[in-house]
Amino acid sequence: MTPNLKHWNDDRMREIMGSLLRFGVLAAASLVFLGGILFFIKYPREYFDYSTFKGEPPRFRQVHLIIREAFNFRGRDVIQLGILVLIATPVARVIFSLIGFLLEKDWIYVAITFIVLFILFISLFSNYLTF
Amino acid sequence: MISFIAILFAGALFAGFIGSLTGLGGGVVIVPLLTIGFGVDIRYAIGASLIGVIATSSGAASAYVREGILNIRVGMFLEIATTLGAITGAAIAVFAPTHAIAVIFGFVLLYSAITSLKTKGEIKDADNQKGSKSDRFVEFLKAKGSYMTANGLKHYTLHHLAGGFMVMILAGILSGLLGIGSGALKVIAMDSIMKIPFKVSTTTSNFMIGVTAAASAGIYLTRGYIDPVLSMPVMLGVLIGSLFGARILIRSQTKKVRFVFAIVVTMLAFEMIYNGLAKNI
Repeated sequence: MTPNLKHWNDDRMREIMGSLLRFGVLAAASLVFLGGILFFIKYPREYFDYSTFKGEPPRFRQVHLIIREAFNFRGRDVIQLGILVLIATPVARVIFSLIGFLLEKDWIYVAITFIVLFILFISLFSNYLTF
Repeated sequence: MISFIAILFAGALFAGFIGSLTGLGGGVVIVPLLTIGFGVDIRYAIGASLIGVIATSSGAASAYVREGILNIRVGMFLEIATTLGAITGAAIAVFAPTHAIAVIFGFVLLYSAITSLKTKGEIKDADNQKGSKSDRFVEFLKAKGSYMTANGLKHYTLHHLAGGFMVMILAGILSGLLGIGSGALKVIAMDSIMKIPFKVSTTTSNFMIGVTAAASAGIYLTRGYIDPVLSMPVMLGVLIGSLFGARILIRSQTKKVRFVFAIVVTMLAFEMIYNGLAKNI
């Protein structure tokens, strides 16, 4: 592979990465904002107490439930989907890097990126393994 | 509830603004604000703070990743260390007593306040390229790079990979345990230990913060530490605040702001340590 072509690929990678991150953050912020408005319409006066830790119910905790519940358009479920999109944004960036390194046939960094991706998936899906 | 959210939003806006202005990041202020200011349980506070950290890091990175200063490969290699550290830190946070976390948080705050006072940007980049015997591991990882400066293309090679990797693990643990970005520690690992040029260090550090925080956020989310109603104003506030801060940063040097902020952070640090020792948190 010529240095020139490789350079072109890296620049292209940065370009797409920037758009990917921007899109992810914007999508997440929009969902969180929309969910916030839905929440205020439904609960304009109630006060929630956060001084003691109770832990969130499963519909705010588990990935597949968060996605499913958001389609009911309840405020907090939509916010939680936005938060999931936000957490997924850096993960998507890593997945995209993996594709980029594959295209460049940079096998060492394909392996390195795969390890990072593996750790991220352990984190997001650890509860499916332990429960 | 609306007034509570509104005040929280204003606080997060301010934290994001000052955080990006001083380079400390918004995360270090969010947890004390929520715990000491609003009496929120520290576990919810850390969860919300992490969400703010991911938002600011990804938002900022989307803008400067195109500039080509940050080193994607070095960042990716070191993300093995920070993500491993992050899930370790988050796992510790699940079992550690909250008052112990508060005390550790206080000491990290104190440390951040001190380092933020050191003048940044003036640090001379170590004589990087000449005469350094790069070991085989550095060659194997292609752990070097170049970036455009006003004086043309500048090349650099990494040093002390193992040492830098260890400090990155520590940065990840602190990030996962306390819900902060650990940006200062990441920059120290790259700039002081691995001899990466300062500008490359800061941009690559910010780039890594999002992935590091996402690794811990996954654990916090699945353990039920991330509350939507608390995270909403924190995320939007810190994000918008940091965008404004970045605009102003370009125009003005902010020594005074940094000094005042360091004093505030120091007071918060003592408050966290006191409340932790008194087991109020």
